[in-house]
Amino acid sequence: MDQSISWITVGSVEDIPRQGSRVVRTGFGDIALFRTVADEVYALEDRCPHAGGPLSQGIVHGARVTCPLHSWVIDLASGEAVGPDEGCAGHCPVRVVDGAVQLGLAAFRPGRGGCGHG
Amino acid sequence: MSTHTNPPTPRERLVVVGNGMAGIRTLEELLAKAPDRYDITVFGAEPHPNYNRIMLSPVLAGEKTFEQIVLNGRDWYEANGIRLLTGDRVEVIDRANCTVTAISGLTVPYDKLLIATGSTPVIIPVPGSTLTGVVGFRDLADVDTMLEAAARGGRAVVIGGGLLGLEAANGLKVKGMDVTVLHLMDTLMERQLDRSAGALLRHELERRGITVLTGADTAEIVGSEKVSAVRLKNGQELPADLVVMAVGIRPNTTLGKAAGLACGRGIQVDDAMTTSDPAILSVGECVEHRGQTYGLVAPLFEMAKVAAARLAGSAEAAYTGSVTSTKLKVTGVDVFSAGDFTGGKDCEDIVFRDAARGVYKRVVVKENRILGAVLYGDTKDGGWYFQMLKDGTEVAPVRDTLIFGQSFGGEGAANPKAAVAALPDSAEICGCNGVCKGTIVTAITEKGLSSLDEVRAHTKASASCGSCTGQVEQLLALTLGDGYAGEAKAKPMCKCTDRTHDEVRRAITALDLKTIPDVMQRLEWRTPDGCHHCRPALNYYLLCEWPGEYKDDSRSRYINERVHANIQKDGTYSVVPRMWGGLTSAKELRAIADVVDKFAIPTVKVTGGQRIDLFGVKKEDLPAVWADLNAAGMVSGHAYAKGLRTVKTCVGSEWCRFGTQDSTGLGVKLERMTWGTWTPHKVKLAVSGCPRNCAEATIKDLGVVCVDSGYELHVGGNGGMHVRACDLLVKVETEAEVLEYTGAYMQLYREEARYLERTAPWVERVGLDHIRRRLVDDAEGRAALNARFLFSQSFSQDDPWAERANGSVDRHEFAPLAQVG
Repeated sequence: MDQSISWITVGSVEDIPRQGSRVVRTGFGDIALFRTVADEVYALEDRCPHAGGPLSQGIVHGARVTCPLHSWVIDLASGEAVGPDEGCAGHCPVRVVDGAVQLGLAAFRPGRGGCGHG
Repeated sequence: MSTHTNPPTPRERLVVVGNGMAGIRTLEELLAKAPDRYDITVFGAEPHPNYNRIMLSPVLAGEKTFEQIVLNGRDWYEANGIRLLTGDRVEVIDRANCTVTAISGLTVPYDKLLIATGSTPVIIPVPGSTLTGVVGFRDLADVDTMLEAAARGGRAVVIGGGLLGLEAANGLKVKGMDVTVLHLMDTLMERQLDRSAGALLRHELERRGITVLTGADTAEIVGSEKVSAVRLKNGQELPADLVVMAVGIRPNTTLGKAAGLACGRGIQVDDAMTTSDPAILSVGECVEHRGQTYGLVAPLFEMAKVAAARLAGSAEAAYTGSVTSTKLKVTGVDVFSAGDFTGGKDCEDIVFRDAARGVYKRVVVKENRILGAVLYGDTKDGGWYFQMLKDGTEVAPVRDTLIFGQSFGGEGAANPKAAVAALPDSAEICGCNGVCKGTIVTAITEKGLSSLDEVRAHTKASASCGSCTGQVEQLLALTLGDGYAGEAKAKPMCKCTDRTHDEVRRAITALDLKTIPDVMQRLEWRTPDGCHHCRPALNYYLLCEWPGEYKDDSRSRYINERVHANIQKDGTYSVVPRMWGGLTSAKELRAIADVVDKFAIPTVKVTGGQRIDLFGVKKEDLPAVWADLNAAGMVSGHAYAKGLRTVKTCVGSEWCRFGTQDSTGLGVKLERMTWGTWTPHKVKLAVSGCPRNCAEATIKDLGVVCVDSGYELHVGGNGGMHVRACDLLVKVETEAEVLEYTGAYMQLYREEARYLERTAPWVERVGLDHIRRRLVDDAEGRAALNARFLFSQSFSQDDPWAERANGSVDRHEFAPLAQVG
């Protein structure tokens, strides 16, 4: 799959605080990059599927983030809301090469909204 | 109910010479024991109220302001009816007529006299030692001199590589001077450190750019009027714009000697802290007790306790000398030293060395008891070693792991039951009711108790605030073994753990846990780094337990507290500048209006708490908005924080025709005291100037209603989802009492409430009786709570906006990582 993607370097892992996130501005809207306590890096659309809250501003725990607006918990790997909520923040292929964070923007999949209550 | 009338008995006259830490601590202890016994006059040679002299180094280094190290402001003296005469040095004691006369000519008679004149810096009498630009490091005037010199830059030479000298050197270096330390011996702090630790310290100071010359003997200070250089005996000459003499201190016995009191190195006192004149007591660095003089704070406080008890009429209190420990107050350099580590016959050294981490520990043991300890780089076990040293604890059982510290290995490690089992019978389990372990265990066995309720009924343990419930349960389990069925499970903190909020807090204290990973590791968290429920709670609990020591974890804070603004539904933010007591000015309003125009802020609203809220600020604009508001003198209103939000006021006696007291002024004082604190949930205060209650003080977390005869304090109110009117806690007579009660109440709430529990549910949970017992009935406990609150405040009253506006904190928060496509 990697061969079919063109990778864009957006910064280094060190630029993202551990248990934190940074935002990359793109033509698809803002992408939030997360770095977990175990130094894994994930990229999601910076919009909660529930009410559009900026996920980049949430608390990162394990491989999950809690949206700052209404505390939906989103799985960083899949972008899916963790039950009982339903919905998915779009996610974007991301990899780390020699400490550089690279996005596969062309393969970005936008998310789908949740049930909308909140 | 706290109002009481003083019996009109004639009071004895107590004069205190010396307004420093020892003298005033004695008064604090005395006032707690016998508040009405004396008419008190205090003479201070310095122009300031009582301040914390041991914090002068942080003031020099710019880490603290003078206001932050004041221990008792002038209002404290007023509130306690003490006559304070500052900037007036006592020159003569006339023992025959029992009077003292100060330099101003004022003569005051005494029945009892307390001399607490402290010490003076030793100035070595080399040529040039009286030149301008040569200072000691003893009082605030010295610090001012050093700061003025540092402001001009240039070179400083510090003579003396002991505790004070190194703190001075570090402070001057931080302030931008080129600093050289001259030390006569070949090891820095040789009285506290061994060679290995001294070498690590030297290396660290040199890494910070401080030049250290050991074996350096000063021959002369060179200069015509002002100092220009220091010449050593080996001929080397060091250019200098400032010379700090920090070679030691000498008990200040001038006054005692002139009065004919028996003096050796210090004013000689017996175990009752009485001098050779029975009407005169003496405490602090100026005294000599059993041939010893002291220059550290802990012994002074022990002396103060004894002197106060004696002044209060006790015939028993006795001071028997102190074992001391020291810590270097240079930020980022952890050095601890206690006892005797010079070694010798029958002494064994246990040494731990980790050069890569810069950690060195040495514990000297003799006949299985600790004789001394030196810790460098990792000092967290200093208190533990020191306690065992003082108690003469037998260390044979833990000897194998002694050097790894308290948290290592078997004793009480990850198992809280083992920790309780290891406690001595005399250990206090229930602080509210003063019940110790032995009492509880005895009750369980002798009365055949088998449940928590029964223990509560028989011993009162855990019957008040309930925070020791877990420990009492553990004692039940330990004592009954399988015979204890356990209690219905309390709700755990979150899904990451089985433990309750109260259990986790207790473990933080009991196991000395200092970081979030430590807590999770020791308490066996099920998740790698917790969740959005437990992390903010743990961050708060650690912050509350270890003020000044715990490093805040911004990643465990909700976004509002991380960026110090409120996130709104569209992802923009709102900011609220602080308006002290609701007061503002044309200048502030103009600055706010300018910010609104400059950043095209769409909505400006007055909040329910009488502040102005600016809505719709883009996150990347936040630092610039804060910078502009800061420039107009405004700081963050903490409108986003689980902390003190606002103190709402009415205009009170200043303008209102019904106002009985200065409610606005009191509101400002309350806000100045309480702002910046972190609490379990948001806290709002209010002051109403009369019972018409225009500031709606009786639905606040703490509300003050001014009446003709004083101030009513109301607590536990809430105007939120479930409206709750306050309970009346107490009526007091003075503003100083309002401030003390408020500090104590805030601290009790900080220490006892669970995270995200507002004061209203907390008051209902623990009961108003409990709060009355802790705050109203127990004056000593109240003062201690207030002192803990103020201590914690000394670390937290920094404007979070300023440090983000100038880019020194969390710069990455406010800019995107990249822009692509």
